[in-house]
Amino acid sequence: MEKRVVFHNRFLPYLLVAPQIAITVIFFFWPASQAVVQSVLREDAFGTSSYFVGMENFAALFEDDYYLNSFKITALFSTLVTTLGLGISLVLAVTADRLIRGATIYKTLLIWPYAVAPAVAGALWGFVFLPGPGVFAWLLAQMGVDWNFHLNGGQAMFVVVVAATWKQISYNFLFFLAGLQAIPKSLIEAAAIDGAKPFRRFWTIILPMLSPTLFFLIVVNVVYAFFETFGVIHSLTRGGPAKSTEILVYKVWYDGFEAQDLGGSAAQSVILMAIVIGLTVIQFRYIERKVHY
Amino acid sequence: MAKVTLKGVKKNYGPVKAIHGVDMEIKDGEFIVIVGPSGCGKSTLLRMIAGLEAITDGTIQIGDRVVNNIEPAERDIAMVFQNYALYPHMSVYENMSYGLRIRGRSKADIETRVQRAAEILQLQPYLQRKPRELSGGQRQRVAMGRAIVREPSVFLFDEPLSNLDAKLRVQMRLEIKRLHQQLGVTSVYVTHDQVEAMTLADRLVVMNQGRADQIGSPQDVYNHPATTYVGGFIGSPAMNFLTCRIDTGQAKLTDDVILPLPAGWSVPAGEYSLGIRPENLRIARAGETAHLQLDVDVAEELGADTLLHGKIAGEEMVVRVPSHAGFHDHSRPGLVIDIERLHLFDRESGLRVATPG
Amino acid sequence: MIERRPIADAVGHLIMLAAIFIVAFPIYLAVIAASHTIQDVSQTPMPLLPGAELLTNTARALFDGPQLVGVSGATPAIVLLMNSFIMAISIAVGKIIISLLSAFAIVYFRFPLRNIFFWMIFITLMLPVEVRIIPTYKIVADLGLLDTYTGLILPLIASATATFLFRQFFMTVPDELLEAARIDGAGPMRFFWDVLVPLSRTSIAAMFVIQFIYGWNQYLWPLLIASDYKYQTIVLAIGRLIRAPDAFYEWPVIMGMAVLALLPPVAVVVLMQRWFVKGLVETEK
Repeated sequence: MEKRVVFHNRFLPYLLVAPQIAITVIFFFWPASQAVVQSVLREDAFGTSSYFVGMENFAALFEDDYYLNSFKITALFSTLVTTLGLGISLVLAVTADRLIRGATIYKTLLIWPYAVAPAVAGALWGFVFLPGPGVFAWLLAQMGVDWNFHLNGGQAMFVVVVAATWKQISYNFLFFLAGLQAIPKSLIEAAAIDGAKPFRRFWTIILPMLSPTLFFLIVVNVVYAFFETFGVIHSLTRGGPAKSTEILVYKVWYDGFEAQDLGGSAAQSVILMAIVIGLTVIQFRYIERKVHY
Repeated sequence: MAKVTLKGVKKNYGPVKAIHGVDMEIKDGEFIVIVGPSGCGKSTLLRMIAGLEAITDGTIQIGDRVVNNIEPAERDIAMVFQNYALYPHMSVYENMSYGLRIRGRSKADIETRVQRAAEILQLQPYLQRKPRELSGGQRQRVAMGRAIVREPSVFLFDEPLSNLDAKLRVQMRLEIKRLHQQLGVTSVYVTHDQVEAMTLADRLVVMNQGRADQIGSPQDVYNHPATTYVGGFIGSPAMNFLTCRIDTGQAKLTDDVILPLPAGWSVPAGEYSLGIRPENLRIARAGETAHLQLDVDVAEELGADTLLHGKIAGEEMVVRVPSHAGFHDHSRPGLVIDIERLHLFDRESGLRVATPG
Repeated sequence: MIERRPIADAVGHLIMLAAIFIVAFPIYLAVIAASHTIQDVSQTPMPLLPGAELLTNTARALFDGPQLVGVSGATPAIVLLMNSFIMAISIAVGKIIISLLSAFAIVYFRFPLRNIFFWMIFITLMLPVEVRIIPTYKIVADLGLLDTYTGLILPLIASATATFLFRQFFMTVPDELLEAARIDGAGPMRFFWDVLVPLSRTSIAAMFVIQFIYGWNQYLWPLLIASDYKYQTIVLAIGRLIRAPDAFYEWPVIMGMAVLALLPPVAVVVLMQRWFVKGLVETEK
């Protein structure tokens, strides 16, 4: 895409992009390159000088059980958040789409959790599940569950997944609903005339037509679970108990700030960078494909 | 008001030559229509006069000033765009006055000019409306109003009527004509519609693949087309072209069809393209010798006239006859050609060899 | 739909209502908790119907802040809310301004480094704060911007998303408008202010909603930059308040604060729903 008609000016365009580029260079490119540099350095015991250690920081990471564990936890966490979030939102979107009355009101009443900060979502759900006064905690205790997510790692994972998924449902719901509403009604009517019953129509017509949206949302949800849930973890569990909810993003912050392991944290940053780049490439591949659709 | 002079104007887009060198002199107050099919370069030529496209070679003069390197705003022109290009967020009044405000005209001056233009175009009731609240014809008028308030030396129109429906187009065409008579401003008007071109123009410029094939009055272009291209483009239905051999003062189409030549033609023997307008043939009267017989494939009823489509010696032929002649598909009427209205073109170059005197 | 199926419709409405109820439940509880005394809330389970203390607790949250074990000097929510507003509005406005300008440059000019700039802006998508935490913190520290509004705001106002949205919108503006403006005598900046910005109103509104929420909900960044309570935001305070499992908490006041923390962005989304949905769906195209 290019404009046919443009202005001609030597200096003005540089002036116009200058603020954006300055911030980008100072606060994005420079720190990112520093992360890469630090990932191959180690500070001496006094923190006064550093020396080159090659891939040692990375090697150390992959021998570190806590780091490998953090990988597994992140994988579990993001899988749960993505599948639960997408599953629930798809059911809701399909339900809302076929209801003629009330669809708009339902939409309004479902989209607002998008605006709630992850940390606040964590606080709200932490209170609902709070051992003692928490209503769900009480319900679970009534059912005979020995409930205390501050002490039980599995229960802690459950609560962070609930809080993270809750926040993301509105986003998924909006995109599914938009995708469903973009499917031409005539197509579904044609299938009905061909004799396809609603359930069959869903599997053979609606779901395939929705697959680009679904694919896009999978990527977005994985990115969300990986990088945007720091607040949920920090406010709910602080990565605990016993590091059972320590996802990668939490660990990179903890190791860098609380444990002051600069080299290790930088190496983790570099690995995370590789993950974001991978996910972004996948996402844009998809967009390109959609263009040729 | 000013004359506009183009000398050897060329436009290249990289290696692609869009305009091959156009010369023309537009007189002060003249209404010039540049006509041709899409891609012939007519819009490019107009946009070069406006200053929206750079000129690769040659000069453009408005008045006595060479404007090659002068900004559009400084050329003392105004332009009406095909899609009107009205600023959607501004009211009609703001749209019309925007250029004047940029030039720092006084409030009172702007007010008089806008009111005057609005009066001419009957836009007074709509001055506070946004473009989207107007009909197509009204938007078209606003676009013209924006041009008028500038009181420019030259109006440029880039297919201004092509977004309107057929009825409105005819009506607006008349309005533009009236407006020109009223204001007398030099106007350059681009269109692909030959009826628009014929009805509006003082002089026509027929463009063909980046060249001006012919510049002349509508009558002149119609009666004396300079090339087969012009002959085919101007006039509806299009001129018929038949291959013929000229020898000893006769045009031989086939062994059976031999036509006399108009008086006063002296043409060397050889192969030519013979141009016959559909309206210059008629049905042979009883007892009259027909020049040729047409195998009619399809008869198209237009109401007043009927178009007979058929073949002569393997070449397509269209004839316009009065409807009451009662012909229909698969008739085989005998036709008489108005010999004095024949056109003759070179077969290779398409250039005119002889036309009606 | 094609079949008339009243029972399926009824089931559908039930599903939606249940979903809305469950989605709203934690907030309902937060409001209920904020309306009781600390003793009432400490029951197992807490009461499920509203009490009479909502105003008292909200006032306490706003003007005193919750009493915390081991944290000296509670910050009143009014200060935190003010910081959140400053941060969210500055980030949203800053992003919109610099993105409008750079999108304008990239779409409406041809200049040698144009593509490089475009890709630089694009790559920022791949560099969220989370992957460059410590070096970014160091830069801000070196520039002396820790515990300042500038430090909280400036590094976050680069925006690939907003730049791409505006670029996409500018591409749909007909070329003839620019040509008409040129004939009217408008230069680039005049065209930008008089034509492009007014035409972009909807996109700007959409971006404002998205970026206001983005700014308001920042957590990791203020956690790094604002160690001084004077510069903390309400979202950060909420996350930091709930710390140890067994400590004594003023839950009514904390939950009142949580509601205060989510009210402004939720209000923006609900009131500006049209632009919000448009912004969300269009930026992801």
